[in-house]
Amino acid sequence: MLSITLSQIFVLNQDEALDFYVGKLGLVVKNDINLGFMRWLTVAVPGEPGREILLELPGQPAMDEGTAEQVRELVTKGATGGWIGFTTDDCRKMYETLKAKGVEFTQEPMDRPYGVDCGLRDPFGNAIRITQMAPMPAAQ
Amino acid sequence: MSRAAEESNRRLLRARDAMDRTYAQPLDVPALARIAHVSEAHFIRTFRATFGETPHRYLQRRRVERAMFLLRETDRSVTDICLDVGFNSLGTFSRTFRDITGETPTYYRAHADATLVPTCFAMAWTRPSS
Repeated sequence: MLSITLSQIFVLNQDEALDFYVGKLGLVVKNDINLGFMRWLTVAVPGEPGREILLELPGQPAMDEGTAEQVRELVTKGATGGWIGFTTDDCRKMYETLKAKGVEFTQEPMDRPYGVDCGLRDPFGNAIRITQMAPMPAAQ
Repeated sequence: MSRAAEESNRRLLRARDAMDRTYAQPLDVPALARIAHVSEAHFIRTFRATFGETPHRYLQRRRVERAMFLLRETDRSVTDICLDVGFNSLGTFSRTFRDITGETPTYYRAHADATLVPTCFAMAWTRPSS
């Protein structure tokens, strides 16, 4: 059996990423280690330490500077596909809380058959979605 | 150089997000140019260089995508949907819809299935391409 423990998105500045993911979204730092060749920076939802998101900086030597530049340009165009979906028990309340903190929303909370959800972006252009799942219909 | 390109991209993405949020309102190039921190003429040019189409065309396709969504998933009349997504006349709406999708709104409604992906994916993947 497998479980998802680590996912990655590209960020353009790890300190700004912390301001957003920890300071605004309310995640916690799971690991912040200077490995010498890279800063291994992961965040997780409080109480859910088994699932981490690596906030990775594109750059040398993992990729040449020209490629890193392309990655940064795609991130800022919202085109890398870096994307995180969260669930919450109260989407509208979460929206108001984050809005008050100056978070940039792409979509206000909207009722959908699967629940209520809203969309936002991190400071770099990555898309984030927060969904309040509709209760599952009772089994017949 | 690259840093400037990144900042320009991010600001244009912010303007494009604003269009996605307010697609039913008339295209407000001065307001979008302010979001993007560029002049109006420069905004249209840079938007096109960044996203491959003019702001006007981007908005038209967004409106058609949202109309397709409403046709699929609600019982609202075609006239109401036309107004909901920001068109002022049924004639312009029907013509634009047909030009972009190759089908009339009524035909589309009769043959489309509901789709339950999160809205951002519907908006990204079901906006008709040129």
